[in-house]
Amino acid sequence: MTHARNHTLRVGALARVEGEGAMLVRARGGRVERVELQIYEPPRFFEAFLRGRGFTEAPDITARICGICPVAYQMSACNAMEDACGVAVSPQIRDLRRLLYCGEWIESHALHIFLLHAPDFLGYPSAIAMAADHRDLIEMGLRIKKAGNEILRTVGGRSIHPINVRVGGFYRAPTRHEIGLLAEPLRRARDEALTTVRWTAGLEFPDFEQDYLFVGLRHPTEYAVVDGRLAIGDDLEVDVSAFDEHIVEEQVQHSNALHARLRDGRRFMVGPLARYALSRDKLAPIAREAASEAGLGRVCRNPFRSIVVRAVELLHACDEATRLIEGYEEPERPAVEVPPRTGTGHGATEAPRGTLYHRYAIAADGEITEARIVPPTSQNQSQIEDDLRAFVEPRLDLSHDELTHSCEQAIRNYDPCISCATHFLDLRVENL
Amino acid sequence: MPKAPKLAVWKFASCDGCQLTVLNLEDDLLALAGTVQIAHFLEASSAAVRGPYDVSLVEGSITTPHDAERIKEVRKASRMLITIGACATSGGIQALRNFRDVEEFTRIVYAKPEYIDTLEHSTAIADNVKVDFELRGCPIDKGQLVEVITAYLAGRKPTVRPHSVCVECKRRGTVCVMVARGEPCLGPVTQAGCGALCPSYARGCYGCFGPMESPNTASLSGRLIQLGVTRKNIARVFRTFNADAAAFREESDANDARA
Repeated sequence: MTHARNHTLRVGALARVEGEGAMLVRARGGRVERVELQIYEPPRFFEAFLRGRGFTEAPDITARICGICPVAYQMSACNAMEDACGVAVSPQIRDLRRLLYCGEWIESHALHIFLLHAPDFLGYPSAIAMAADHRDLIEMGLRIKKAGNEILRTVGGRSIHPINVRVGGFYRAPTRHEIGLLAEPLRRARDEALTTVRWTAGLEFPDFEQDYLFVGLRHPTEYAVVDGRLAIGDDLEVDVSAFDEHIVEEQVQHSNALHARLRDGRRFMVGPLARYALSRDKLAPIAREAASEAGLGRVCRNPFRSIVVRAVELLHACDEATRLIEGYEEPERPAVEVPPRTGTGHGATEAPRGTLYHRYAIAADGEITEARIVPPTSQNQSQIEDDLRAFVEPRLDLSHDELTHSCEQAIRNYDPCISCATHFLDLRVENL
Repeated sequence: MPKAPKLAVWKFASCDGCQLTVLNLEDDLLALAGTVQIAHFLEASSAAVRGPYDVSLVEGSITTPHDAERIKEVRKASRMLITIGACATSGGIQALRNFRDVEEFTRIVYAKPEYIDTLEHSTAIADNVKVDFELRGCPIDKGQLVEVITAYLAGRKPTVRPHSVCVECKRRGTVCVMVARGEPCLGPVTQAGCGALCPSYARGCYGCFGPMESPNTASLSGRLIQLGVTRKNIARVFRTFNADAAAFREESDANDARA
């Protein structure tokens, strides 16, 4: 039977994503007329109340934007403040930051792969339901996730909203002994991450590719995480301080989150697929080989295969963390002095779900006079809607339930962080 | 066999961190799932079972007219309602708007403020409906969460002590950062529960578990002044993640007035 080609798909509350959002897809006569990713998570006003706070408060305060990727907020805030004050941290402190960030990647990617996304592919409503038939798999995922959380606890003091991060470095550097304790669970996590890549590669993916414009950080020698230059597609690479010159945001009525676009109006994608396309050659050898074995090729344009790319990044993060642990030496000082001065600072890092940009203006006494935060989910919003539009149209003959489920899965491909996406910023959007 | 108790997890304005604490149970997560029926937990499951629920865990604060109605529905459907975290317990970081003009905030953040539907104040769940137990923290502590769920399932009161962070420092043998190094610390007036984390990382407590049962905040402010902290900074430190908890609000206002 052919189902109605006039469709309204509505999901009132998206599940297995961070935060609160809904989806609306409306089709008439076989054509998709309207697609809305509706973010109704209440606005939280971070950019407004950061004004008048001290510059050293930004890492603790902005961490509270998101419980799943607090380190990303802390690191982008630190980068921006150190940039504003003209200070660079020592290589040892930078390494410790990378280790902390690896912990967040491992925790967040494992959470998404096993607890939020895998049930879609195997047809369960949740990982807990899935565990009834695939207990070993879920237990493996929880072990990997725990290894990431152990890093966060040791380096950051706490896995959610770490307390040990400050502008200039850390309050206390962990001892070699404390760091050494992470090695064993991490080696196991690395083995299991390789298993994860192989397992995800064997899942079934819809035949769907999009011609994405990828945006993300790129670093000359590393798979960029804690810093880098902003790559826009293959040909353009600019300093992070030029973020605003290239990326603008606009407010739309159906969402409490702003939509980001390139200045020329093009939409783009940030996140694992973008990073993989921009920096594949910088992956740890074990992760690069696993990617080839998984059939990923040089670029992956099928968003449903993002689960495989995330698994590759999970493996990379485990390998990177293992090397950082082996080479760890306690820094002489856990933090460098950062005396405030009047100025503007920019900072961007790669949150698990994509590039996270912060900009602050501070006064001579260190008081924040302006704050701008552009989370990855705002940047991806428009692309998510475009995916839905392109994915749904040729499939309008599917049953309502199947179609709705596929659309939800298409949204989950992005691991969207909806709480993150609802509190933007002072924007100069003209003429809506 | 009796039916498994129904557990629900709800989210209001927040960062999802306290809900994530449930998923971070890792070693105990599948055991928990085997003991209770996880009947509603959108962050983790797309299947939701209708109420009533035996225990509801509520994260986040009330900041929109819609949420002010929704929390009443959650209350009606729940036998026990437990708030988890600073947002649900004191209005959270969202409550920083309570000290300012929310319209100005909306204009700063949004080009089209008229699209935004938000309340002037961010309030704790207990300001809206009856709450059976409040679990503190930004975020909550995993061990305390297990204790609270276990206690309610067993029909007893949870063992969550109301003493200050100082007691936890003494118990773990951490040298006092304020006495030994002159580091400003909110430990003396802050509710225990984190295990005195910050002092163990050589920094003063910044109060993410909110005020303890009987905090002498004025006395602490006096000590902080002696340590060279300005009134303005004292006001700021009380105005963070539990800004609208009565004792912290009063102390921040008092310092703000004298700044």
